[in-house]
Amino acid sequence: MKKVLVLAAFVLASAVTYAGGYRVSLQGNKSLAMGHTGVAVVNNSEAVFFNPAALVYSENKFSVAVGVHGVFSNIAYQNTETGANARSDSPMGTPFYAYASYQATDWLAFGLGVYTPYGSTVEYEDDWSGSHLVNNIDLAAIYVQPTVSVKVNDKLSFGGGPIYVTGSVNFNRNLNRTLTDLDGNRSNVTIDASGVNSWGWVASTMFNVTDNLHIGATYRSEIILEAEEGTAEFENIPNSPLTPFENTGITASMPLPAEMTVGMSYSFCEKWMFAFDFNRTFWSVYESLDIDFENPAIPDSKNARNYKNSSVYRFGMQYEATKMFTLRAGYYFDETPVRPGYFAPETPRNDSNNFTAGLTVNLGERLQIDASFLYSHFKEVNASYDYYFENGQAVPFKGTYKTNAFVPGLGLTYKL
Amino acid sequence: MKNILKYTFAVLAVGFVSCEPEFDTPVTEQGFYTSGSADLSKYVSVGNSLTAGYADGALYKMGQEHSFPNIMAQQFAFAGGGDFSQPLMNDNLGGLLMGGTQIAENRFVLAVDANGNPGPVRLEGAPTTDITNKLTGPFNNVGVPGAKSFHLVAPGYGNLAGVANGAANPYYVRFASSDNATVLEDATSQSYTFFSLWIGNNDILSYATSGGVGVDQTGNFDPTTYGGNDITDPNVFASVYSQQVEALTANGAKGVLVNIPEVTSLPYFTTVPTQSIPLDAATAGALNAQFGAYNTQVLPGLVQMGVISPEEAALRMVNFSEGVNFPIMTDDDLTDLTDILQGAPFSLPAELAALLGQLRQVNNDDLVVLTASSVLGSTPDPNNPQGVVGVSIPLADQYVLAKSEQDRVTAASVAYNATIEALANSKGLAFVDARAALSRLANGGLPYDGGVLTSAFVTGGAFSLDGVHPSPRGYAYTANLIIDAINNTYDATIPIVNVGDYPTVMATNN
Repeated sequence: MKKVLVLAAFVLASAVTYAGGYRVSLQGNKSLAMGHTGVAVVNNSEAVFFNPAALVYSENKFSVAVGVHGVFSNIAYQNTETGANARSDSPMGTPFYAYASYQATDWLAFGLGVYTPYGSTVEYEDDWSGSHLVNNIDLAAIYVQPTVSVKVNDKLSFGGGPIYVTGSVNFNRNLNRTLTDLDGNRSNVTIDASGVNSWGWVASTMFNVTDNLHIGATYRSEIILEAEEGTAEFENIPNSPLTPFENTGITASMPLPAEMTVGMSYSFCEKWMFAFDFNRTFWSVYESLDIDFENPAIPDSKNARNYKNSSVYRFGMQYEATKMFTLRAGYYFDETPVRPGYFAPETPRNDSNNFTAGLTVNLGERLQIDASFLYSHFKEVNASYDYYFENGQAVPFKGTYKTNAFVPGLGLTYKL
Repeated sequence: MKNILKYTFAVLAVGFVSCEPEFDTPVTEQGFYTSGSADLSKYVSVGNSLTAGYADGALYKMGQEHSFPNIMAQQFAFAGGGDFSQPLMNDNLGGLLMGGTQIAENRFVLAVDANGNPGPVRLEGAPTTDITNKLTGPFNNVGVPGAKSFHLVAPGYGNLAGVANGAANPYYVRFASSDNATVLEDATSQSYTFFSLWIGNNDILSYATSGGVGVDQTGNFDPTTYGGNDITDPNVFASVYSQQVEALTANGAKGVLVNIPEVTSLPYFTTVPTQSIPLDAATAGALNAQFGAYNTQVLPGLVQMGVISPEEAALRMVNFSEGVNFPIMTDDDLTDLTDILQGAPFSLPAELAALLGQLRQVNNDDLVVLTASSVLGSTPDPNNPQGVVGVSIPLADQYVLAKSEQDRVTAASVAYNATIEALANSKGLAFVDARAALSRLANGGLPYDGGVLTSAFVTGGAFSLDGVHPSPRGYAYTANLIIDAINNTYDATIPIVNVGDYPTVMATNN
């Protein structure tokens, strides 16, 4: 229990990306252990996120689930032409979730969820060979989602609710590959914006084909975070009218793309359950990361991203081994939203194979400990970002990347 | 149960931090890059300002960090290379003190003036590098700014007492192992396994940058009699150079020799145009009227008297026209007519005779040096607005490298280069044709990932603000050329650097 409390103390720290783009699919220890499936799983204490419509079919009057994941993600970079190499030194990310649901009547349930589906913390050594693209980035978004779930009949229900998002970003990079002050300290800029708020919504449905076969679908809307009171802080700028950089305000927008999930679950042999989810994340909204400096002397920063919509295929199994232990395992394949030539080191994600496992320990009738583990495997990839410009000329940043992520997680579920 | 979970989680957490992704073939793994038949474990670099990392008219810390030997040493580290130490200056201003008195100026920076025009100015500030503070070596980089070929073997070149009379070099004084040490000995006394030698540039450069005011010492085999701006005799060069190569290879070390570029391709000689004096029709006409009798009577008269040749007479004709004109200049290669013009039949006043004594107009065969830009068109006497340099006051000889002077520089460097290449071949050393490389920069340039590197002043990227020494990007390009030569000669696979990662000129206002 102490460990849980210790981890909970990290909750204010931000999340880390390990999935395509800066999507962080860690919204429940039970679900993650099954490959982060859950859109068609009934009686799921994490359903506030996965499928609000399922809440109304819960066996429990009241349920609370909280948890946290420790994300250890690593990026290695090298360029065999020059020998340049770097390793990220990112701090542990701690995405978290907290869900509560309440069965008001036979046909009506309410829920409330707080979770962190988007985020990224990547830190390279300052002035590494890609420092003109990123030294470090810390992006976090916390979703707060009240939910209602309505049963049409025993086969069909609907759910949904509004989503309130509060986000922040802190991003540092060098101004270009060579600019320094008189003593050789690299000129850099830190973009900071916090308390950026916005609204979105979620809607879902659950269809019980039989007692053992369920189909579900959830749509979570796109949310654009518009930072209007951000700041840009310039450091180590030479004293020259040719380099007119000074601290100023910024406006920028960052999309949190919509996500559609459909899936099924099938229970068999009493103690077994199989689940499949398909996610489609509508990344194409992320065309460019543009930073508009208020000071007109400073040229605006345009960073093409040109992401494409991407899919995730998720598979999970659950086995109720004993009254005390429930075992889970899963796998998912996560397609990258990054197109060739747009591989930027702030989110260097290629396709990944992900392996998950976990268990629930039932401590009596009401309390459960949920543990999970995820290993994300990325193949070594030769990639480049071709849309960085110097004096109007594109200067590709090329190299070989190899990344991985290890994500242990721990949660608690309390049911009445 | 809870304890087990706690424990497991804690162990996992510690474990994952160290679970780094590994490449199939990491560049940092021994054997990924190889040094071939060379041993790069201890590298010494011997030479002049180019080896030291001199740039922007000064030696300063950042410039030294971008010296080509230091850039190479960092790449050597991928293929078995060891640490590389340099006699770093104390600051990034670059000026030198001797016992508190400044004896070398600070570096240039690119400053924007009140009219918005950028140009090189000396960076302000009190320098802190005093040559009386001796550094404790030895240093891998024994490049000494200003050194000529024969200086490397001259005892006392690092003796503080010799700085005042020019027998010693203030940069070498800082780190010479003893008062009588030679630069070459301070290199060869180290247990090095690899060396680079790039020397001989100053044997012609100071003659060229001073507009040929020195003497071509070809035929004089005693370098102790040479002045600072003289051209070194090619036999003297060959003798000391082969002595240096012998010494550097005596322990069996492999190395690389770099030849001497055509200095007249440097931006120092190519930036200021030969035609630089704008005149309107009226002024040009008035000037021509003044020179009319000189052109049509004095010069033909001198030819008739047999004092000058018809060719010299033609060279000495002065003509202006509406538009941009060639400035007038003093050329000490011309016959001095000062006395003759004062005598019969010309009987010119002494002042005018002196003006015409070695006068001609700059022509398209000349190279006007960079420092002339601040002199041309100026009025040195504020009380005489008519006294304009290039129009009524001749441009001093030191600002113009005439064709005849260029030919001397070329002849000497061709001779030096023959020695360098022959020695590289006979000793089986890597050889770098820096002459061809500078020629590529000066003729079209070298494409890199951020544009084209050229020898154009300020904008070309390859040269620093003194117009002679490379910028960090130019030094990086140099390092790549040398690495390529080493890879070819010794079957090595040392990685090159990306020149676009290295800066060019520094824009700063004082």
